[in-house]
Amino acid sequence: MKGALLALFIAAATVALIVDGTLRPIPSALAYAGGETLLRTPSTPEAAVENLGDQIRLQQWQKAWSSLANKAQFTEPEFVHDLTGYFLSLRTYAMLDNFEVFPLHESADGADVLMKLYWASVVGPFEESRQLHLVRQGDRWLVEWPLVKERHVPPQVIPVDYMRWDVINRGPGDDWGAQNVAAPHVRIVDMRPINRAEGVFVLGELLNDDVVPAWVSVRATLVAKNGAAIASEGSFDMILHRLLPKQVTPFLIRFPNVDLSQVDKIRMDPSAELVSASADPVIEIQNQKYNPAPDASLTGQLSSQSGEVIGFAHVLSTFYDRNGQLVWIAGQYMSRALLPQTPMDFRISVPQDLAGQVSSERTEVATFSEDSE
Amino acid sequence: MKSALPLLLAAFLMTAAPALTAQSGSLGLPQSIAAGSAFSIPTAGSGQAVLYIVGPAQALRRDVQLGEPVSFPAGVLFNAGHYLAILVAQGSSLDAGQFDVVPAGPPASLSFLAEPSRLPVELQGGVSGTAYVFDAWRNLIVAPLPVTFQLEQASGSPQTQTVTTRNGVAWTRMNSASKEGAATFVARADSAAATRVIQEVPGDPCNLTITAQPDGQQVRIETAPLRDCSGNPIPDGTIVTFTENYNGMQSTVDVPLRHDVARVDMPAFIGATISAASGVVAGNQIRWGGSR
Repeated sequence: MKGALLALFIAAATVALIVDGTLRPIPSALAYAGGETLLRTPSTPEAAVENLGDQIRLQQWQKAWSSLANKAQFTEPEFVHDLTGYFLSLRTYAMLDNFEVFPLHESADGADVLMKLYWASVVGPFEESRQLHLVRQGDRWLVEWPLVKERHVPPQVIPVDYMRWDVINRGPGDDWGAQNVAAPHVRIVDMRPINRAEGVFVLGELLNDDVVPAWVSVRATLVAKNGAAIASEGSFDMILHRLLPKQVTPFLIRFPNVDLSQVDKIRMDPSAELVSASADPVIEIQNQKYNPAPDASLTGQLSSQSGEVIGFAHVLSTFYDRNGQLVWIAGQYMSRALLPQTPMDFRISVPQDLAGQVSSERTEVATFSEDSE
Repeated sequence: MKSALPLLLAAFLMTAAPALTAQSGSLGLPQSIAAGSAFSIPTAGSGQAVLYIVGPAQALRRDVQLGEPVSFPAGVLFNAGHYLAILVAQGSSLDAGQFDVVPAGPPASLSFLAEPSRLPVELQGGVSGTAYVFDAWRNLIVAPLPVTFQLEQASGSPQTQTVTTRNGVAWTRMNSASKEGAATFVARADSAAATRVIQEVPGDPCNLTITAQPDGQQVRIETAPLRDCSGNPIPDGTIVTFTENYNGMQSTVDVPLRHDVARVDMPAFIGATISAASGVVAGNQIRWGGSR
């Protein structure tokens, strides 16, 4: 009887909330449902930027572009490409999740505002900052969008003659004794567990010791003093999966909510498969500079020496102390496509508590493009 | 399930055996026959019966005129193993017996496992070969047989070993040569042979030396042709990492070898130190002074 009453109450409450939400929706819900707009009268610089941010979040490109003070300087597609990328990249599939507005300066007819855009992508969030200038027209403020035009490489043919490896495996109809090609030989050349507030992190480096390319991954299992496995995790994307001959990749494996004092030993399980691969593209990492605390980071530029447009690039940096011991491994996905011979900035943050130990670093890049393997 | 069927059939027929009284008859079974050979089984008695032959991978049924031999032409019973023969008439077993089918004649084929398919030069005992010897009907020949392994490499005389099989298997270990190239690994038993190709590849670079020269606004860094300690050229595609340190800044680039050499253009900062490494092998260091 009690259960029936509770069910009746829940059903009635649900109906009441649906009716209330339909008759008196909150503005943001209405805007997302395609109804009335969230926009306010742009009577202040902040309101104008917030309106623009909401339009970008809702992908109302035409309205956003129309609201700009300097829209005559570029077309709507150029504005859209500035935000979503000219080439296939992480931005192509990213959505603006949130934004923040920080007033910098304001006068009677002009203002400067810093807009921080927080994008959500398939590999996690990324952040972007734009410094906007606003102009006053009557009682309205209008944003001047600082369009960043991607540099285009002049049309040309770039010959590429780097090696490529293809693999022919044993056929399905072959006898069990028929020969197959052996998996690449890889080995862990360094490994170190560290204890942090978030849990245990296993850092290491893996070398492709073979003369053929390898598709690698590393799994670690934490073993307790009684021999029981505490947890088993893989490196996921904190590794360069495609390793050319004699190439070294860092790897980082996270074990959240585990303390190193619980761990007696760590079982490492590197695996490698033979894979078709190309030595192209070659990426140069230029002007790497370690910026010590506060706000410790590694900055630098990626530059592709090949002719291919690289849609997705993942930068991985390994940080060492003065004895050459591993301190930390961190990475950053590039949100824009990497164009041939066009440097692109990257910035990798280092945890403040480890920043003081860093003496040197090594950076590598994993790339993926539309026509890659 | 398929392989269990003959056994079930045999079990069923064996349970029927104590009921034999209706008719008399017997089998004159050989102790063993060669796989795939023609053979006959003499019978005694009179009347009609059915002969069942059931083994691990084959089951045969023949209508029999008791008193006459049952003939099996060549190629009918060819799977080696232990067989049951049961003579049945009117639902009762008249006689039952056992015999073996043994692998026939000389080796006809080999299953040859050669591992690995690729290994560095000058590795002692690095190549392993395991040969399984079969007759013409793919029965494993368990009787001891000599198997000859021969590894013919790009340099030096071939390595040869003769090993006698144990339970149908022979195995060996051999060394890789000092010169890179494809080695032919052959296992031979009588006229049966199997060939595998082992790729013997260069080892780690023995020394890594770089030179630098100005190239416009940049400096061109180039390795000397890379060789392993036996003088074999390091394969194209091997990664060489160049690192330039200048005024607290670092530039690195992973460059694959092309025609034994890796080269790269890097920013030309006077006083920059430039080094190279390949895998765990580190090369020399250059301090760039603006000229060669």
